[in-house]
Amino acid sequence: MKKVIGEYGMIFVLLALCGLFSVLTLKREGATGEAAAERIVAEITARAESDRGIFAVGAARKDSGDFARMVAERLDEEGFTAVTPVIGAPRDLRVAWDEAKAAAALPSFVVVSGDAVNWTVLDSIVEEEHVPGLSVLEPKERLVSDFLKRSNLLAIVDRIVVIAVIAIGMTLVILTGGIDLSVGSLIAFSAVVGTLVVKALGGLEAASWTVWLGFLLAVASCGVIGATGGAVVAVFRVAPFIVTLAVMMMARGLAFLLTGGFSVYQVPPALTWLGQGSTVGIPNTVILLVALYGAAHVFMSHTRFGRYIYAVGGNEEAARLSGVPVRWILVFVYFVSGLSAGFAGCIQASQLNSGAPNLGMMFELYVIAAVVVGGTSLSGGSGRIIGTLIGAFIISVIQNGMNLLGFDSYLQQVVLGGVILGAVLLDKARQGGGWRRLLRQ
Amino acid sequence: MDVPLLEMRGIDKRFPGVHALDGVSLTLQRGEVLALLGENGAGKSTLIKMLGGAQRPDAGEIRIGGQPVEIHSAVDSRRAGVAVIYQEFNLVPGLTVAENLYLGREQTRFGLIDHRAECERALQWLRKIGLDIDPATRCGDLTVAQQQAVEIARALSTDARILVMDEPSAVLTLQEVDRLFAIVRDLRDRGIGIIYISHRLDEIDAIADRVMVLRDGRTVGGDVASELSRERLIEMMVGRPLEDEFPKHRAEIGEELLRVEGLSRGRHVRDVSFSVNAGEIVGFAGLVGAGRTETMRLIAGVDGRESGRILLRGRPVPMGSPREAIARGVCLLSEDRKSEGLVLGLGASDNFGLPNLRRFSRGGFLDEGAEVKEFLRYRDDLSLRVSSPSQRVGDLSGGNQQKVVLAKWLARHADVLIFDEPTRGIDVGAKYEIYQLMNRLAGEGKAIVMVSSELPEILGMSDRIVVMHEGRIVGEFTDPSGTTQEDILGHAIAGGGAATQATT
Repeated sequence: MKKVIGEYGMIFVLLALCGLFSVLTLKREGATGEAAAERIVAEITARAESDRGIFAVGAARKDSGDFARMVAERLDEEGFTAVTPVIGAPRDLRVAWDEAKAAAALPSFVVVSGDAVNWTVLDSIVEEEHVPGLSVLEPKERLVSDFLKRSNLLAIVDRIVVIAVIAIGMTLVILTGGIDLSVGSLIAFSAVVGTLVVKALGGLEAASWTVWLGFLLAVASCGVIGATGGAVVAVFRVAPFIVTLAVMMMARGLAFLLTGGFSVYQVPPALTWLGQGSTVGIPNTVILLVALYGAAHVFMSHTRFGRYIYAVGGNEEAARLSGVPVRWILVFVYFVSGLSAGFAGCIQASQLNSGAPNLGMMFELYVIAAVVVGGTSLSGGSGRIIGTLIGAFIISVIQNGMNLLGFDSYLQQVVLGGVILGAVLLDKARQGGGWRRLLRQ
Repeated sequence: MDVPLLEMRGIDKRFPGVHALDGVSLTLQRGEVLALLGENGAGKSTLIKMLGGAQRPDAGEIRIGGQPVEIHSAVDSRRAGVAVIYQEFNLVPGLTVAENLYLGREQTRFGLIDHRAECERALQWLRKIGLDIDPATRCGDLTVAQQQAVEIARALSTDARILVMDEPSAVLTLQEVDRLFAIVRDLRDRGIGIIYISHRLDEIDAIADRVMVLRDGRTVGGDVASELSRERLIEMMVGRPLEDEFPKHRAEIGEELLRVEGLSRGRHVRDVSFSVNAGEIVGFAGLVGAGRTETMRLIAGVDGRESGRILLRGRPVPMGSPREAIARGVCLLSEDRKSEGLVLGLGASDNFGLPNLRRFSRGGFLDEGAEVKEFLRYRDDLSLRVSSPSQRVGDLSGGNQQKVVLAKWLARHADVLIFDEPTRGIDVGAKYEIYQLMNRLAGEGKAIVMVSSELPEILGMSDRIVVMHEGRIVGEFTDPSGTTQEDILGHAIAGGGAATQATT
């Protein structure tokens, strides 16, 4: 346990941020309005069959009446057939009730809102008539946190999935003591290649297999580009910074050349499955993150190649003298980095339903930040893949939280920069045995 | 007697799980060389780090010239007149000698660095210790011995009254050690107090006035150097009498396992041919730079050879990479374990497993249970002291680090083992264990090559001795017990006259 805390200490930073934003985005949600209507509808749908009678009662005043109308419409959409909106004065309710009684179609639910809650006619109906099984429902005020809403949490995942996927490859590269600046450009390259393949094979009417072929070719070509850069690093011993900087420029340029500078929109709806679809109710992006990080974690901590990567980063010469195939390892990590950037490009294209040559600008820096915030040392040899996932989420949560709180977008950059710096310092202090020791060095 | 130059009283220091120093006291007089002895982990480094400002005592007092001082940083240390020369030098390789000498206290004129004044003054300090180099030379271009001398010159230039040297001879050749001793004696005669740390007992007689021995964080004894015999010193350091410094057993010599013919690369390895048989320990002697390490690197596939053949059991093999050498059963225990032998940031069992992972994995997936189990066997076998198999090797003492390297190669069950300076920087107790291990391996029929700069070790442990000089083999002695250090040195220094095979 202690070891886990030591290695994944950043998770507490992440949890603290989540807690902070949950509290800061807390707000009172009123008894009228869309969210309250949804809750009422959900309750009725859960409790009653669709042929039961329902009264949606509202006072003539705007918010109360609108609410009743909204509930009625939503219930209609859900397939309820006997919904009666009753909007106006107490008299209208009495009239509607008597009519229903005459037709022997008394409602099982009465939804009341706003001022209508205080109508005496309501009390008299409930007390005098003793209709068996009648429920009176009224929306209540409650506290909700915008941050913790399911839709918001999914938005966080959506936003970070591209960076998090690339960060897997980047972690491997940084663990060997290298760096890969080309990943941002490869996002664009991959998205462009993938969508162009689909466009060539039928465009908007293309079959869904063409999407998979496009993705496959995109990922493969990025893998080849990554491996080629890795080979230059491994064989000619050129600094990874320079090699991948060159690849970054070339890949970006190629993406523009291939498209003539325009986005590729001629793609079928099947393209969106990867980035926007879901499987058994779970968004595909979430499944992807869990699967990829699970596989990467097992690979790094329980396979021979994973161990070799740590060894090469920790001491390349000692690794070589121990029979570790150092060159292959180097080629391999840049290959994986290329693959993951290519895959991330496909996800991005799928999210946007198009491919554009200007995608992923500056993403390499966010990816590096995620890896470093996740506790991986830029000098190589130490770090954990799950730490990277935490690092990516820290960045995404901060961005998301600031959006919810309405921070100015320029200010967001300032804060994000500061947080990255602070997170890394915190990590250093934790590993180096406290602030005082760190400062004395 | 005067007030001592340096007095450390009741120094106490605890690290998590270790009582590193337990009430240690030390005095140093003006104009005295105090040899500080002790096994690795005895607390010598911690003690001198307190003088250098890298560590602070939990309890105890340091007095310099009778005045209590608090040393919190390297600056405090310098101000108090202390200079510490660590094993890893503190020189910036890209800067010149003069720039290094005045780093942090640049000589300025009108706010700009006065290069000429720095060079002139640096030259004076260099002359004082008899060092004849241009102060404008980049430090990276100097030999190790020259760099060390520059460190000494820098210490003098800060008006240090106390000079602490941590194993200064470990990196020097024999002649360089003589020059170092001359400098140390000269400083002593000028009234500087010197604390000299070394593992080499021969040097103690040559240089020390007084000896102090530490063991497990306590002072176990000390006396005027001439009063202590070599045996007594070892006993004090190890804590038990040591029967024999070199426990040599002769194993039965079997068939030829390794033969090299006409091996050459550059000027360091020229036409080297020799062979090693099963059960045999062949000692390689020579000065630093004679090409011994370079030869071994060619055999182990670390560097590519320009010409020559390598034969294993009579069959020529390409030996194009360390990977191939390991696969063929040739393992090189390199001389620099920190930069070539170990991944310091990884755990002990991780390092142990590195060349053996194929055995500890199935379909690419690691079987960590099997790895740790085998590691524990070697741990017990080599009496390796680790707190857990996953302890970072960077935190282990030199002797235990070397045992991790040994374990990882032993687990390969290789036929040919090349030990390059296997006992460098290792304490007496661990040395003895490594010698015993070499005996055992020879007894199991392995062929062993041992490169060593310590002549007693070469003479004490080898079945056959090969001497190299300037890249060539210049002599071979088949009967080490009838050979003297002078015989070997004669060949090592002079190249043995003509390159004939001297046989006694």
